[in-house]
Amino acid sequence: MKRTQIENIEIELLLEGIFRRHGYDFKHYARASLKRRLEAIVSRQNLNHISEILPRVLYDHDFMNDFVKGMSVTVTEMFRDPFVYRAIRKLVIPFLKTFPFIKVWHAGCATGEEVYSMAILLKEEGFYDRTQIYATDFNRSSLRIAQEGIYSIKDMKQFTQNYYKAGGKTSFSNYLYSKYESAKIQDSLKKNILFSHHNLVADGVFGEMNLIICRNVLIYFDMDLQNRVLSLFHNSLCHGGILCLGSKESIRFSSVWPKFEVIAEKEKIFKKKYENFGMVNGTEKQVEI
Amino acid sequence: MERKNKLKYDAIVIGVSAGGMEALSVIFPGLPKEFPLSITVVQHRQADSDDFLIQYLNNLSPMLVKEAEEKESLSSGVVYIAPPGYHLLIEEDHSFTLSVDPPVNYARPSIDVLFESAADAFMEKLVGIVLTGASADGSLGLKKIKELGGLTLVQAPETAEHPFMPRAAVQATQIDHILQLNQISPFLLEQFSVHS
Ligand SMILES: C[S@@+](CC[C@H](N)C(=O)[O-])C[C@H]1O[C@@H](n2cnc3c(N)ncnc32)[C@H](O)[C@@H]1O
Repeated sequence: MKRTQIENIEIELLLEGIFRRHGYDFKHYARASLKRRLEAIVSRQNLNHISEILPRVLYDHDFMNDFVKGMSVTVTEMFRDPFVYRAIRKLVIPFLKTFPFIKVWHAGCATGEEVYSMAILLKEEGFYDRTQIYATDFNRSSLRIAQEGIYSIKDMKQFTQNYYKAGGKTSFSNYLYSKYESAKIQDSLKKNILFSHHNLVADGVFGEMNLIICRNVLIYFDMDLQNRVLSLFHNSLCHGGILCLGSKESIRFSSVWPKFEVIAEKEKIFKKKYENFGMVNGTEKQVEI
Repeated sequence: MERKNKLKYDAIVIGVSAGGMEALSVIFPGLPKEFPLSITVVQHRQADSDDFLIQYLNNLSPMLVKEAEEKESLSSGVVYIAPPGYHLLIEEDHSFTLSVDPPVNYARPSIDVLFESAADAFMEKLVGIVLTGASADGSLGLKKIKELGGLTLVQAPETAEHPFMPRAAVQATQIDHILQLNQISPFLLEQFSVHS
């Protein structure tokens, strides 16, 4: 038997063990990138084989936290792909402004940079005070960082460049308190943001969202799980609600494709179609399609 | 019609860094439209690069050259280029996975990441090629390709615009063929082409 085939046995046993012991289901993560992260854990822990992770996750409490951290890739930045934010300003905000109040869900928000980018954008569009932002991730330690909103000063140069490319309207430094080696997000940007734990694999719908942003999370899932999570998003959006995915992610080949229309192809912005519904005694009655 | 190396190899992966555009534009014009393997390329480039490289190569190559897309299945006769800013991996069902994991060898996409996943996916049916570059990326990946029984090719370092990367590959593992740039596509044709 080839090494690769033996490793597959190890991976399957490990994922099954983690699921049964802790309820975390990694079985439908894209296997190739998951394997790389398992190999990184093996070498960080000075182990020889993936199967040696199994007893640790079964018996060692602290290890499991580290494991989830190791499995979740929290690489992110402010105004990542600036052209996407320009499209949101131009194509999405005018539509959202037709509502008195909107709800936004950032799923897989990692350490929060993307959430604060959106908060800045909404503020500059004069719309922040009519918004409630929910930001979720399944990695608790990155949620803590997100909540604090303190980032390394080293990243600020790139974030600032991104901010201007994204169509920023004032000075990026207006949104930060800088001190020594770090920059802290202004409290006024935080007040309408609620950070909370949510696992896209296991947890349910977030109700009646006007905008869902989930970027660079679906690439870590296999087709099956992508479909499941996309239906979760579909069910969490109000009619006409907007879905924004990562620049290399698409719904084109997924099961929800017929239920969305394309707002911006390259920027991966989609709009949930208005389903056929009749009004019965003033309440919406959904017609099954 | 008979294929010389019938079913011996299924896919080619190429890793290239500095000097890559010139090197690739020597190789691709020599491969026919119906070349019987897929070719997947990691070319190091800036995360915000546009699709100039792809259009340029597509214009001078008989094979279709396109960006590799998330979950797309590999087809023979197509050249896939890794999108800038993402690692490109190949799954066992021969489809692509992207990731934004941290850079490896300062690079994203990284050649090692592609090669190591491709080695698992294709095992002994994979050909790995390392070309010009000023980094050591690709040598661990090529080593794994060799260990799993695949074929390893390297551009002769002294003929590479940037010899560091092919040299690192030669030092890392046993290389089956060290070739000059202009010998590479004739070699591939000779090995894999459909002969009537
Ligand atoms: C690469 S980051 C994306 C960050 C940000 N959205 C961006 O594009 O810059 C992927 C995030 O997805 C989260 N994630 C992975 N699996 C998840 C799951 N099952 N439920 C919730 N979040 C998950 C990870 O913890 C990580 O923070």
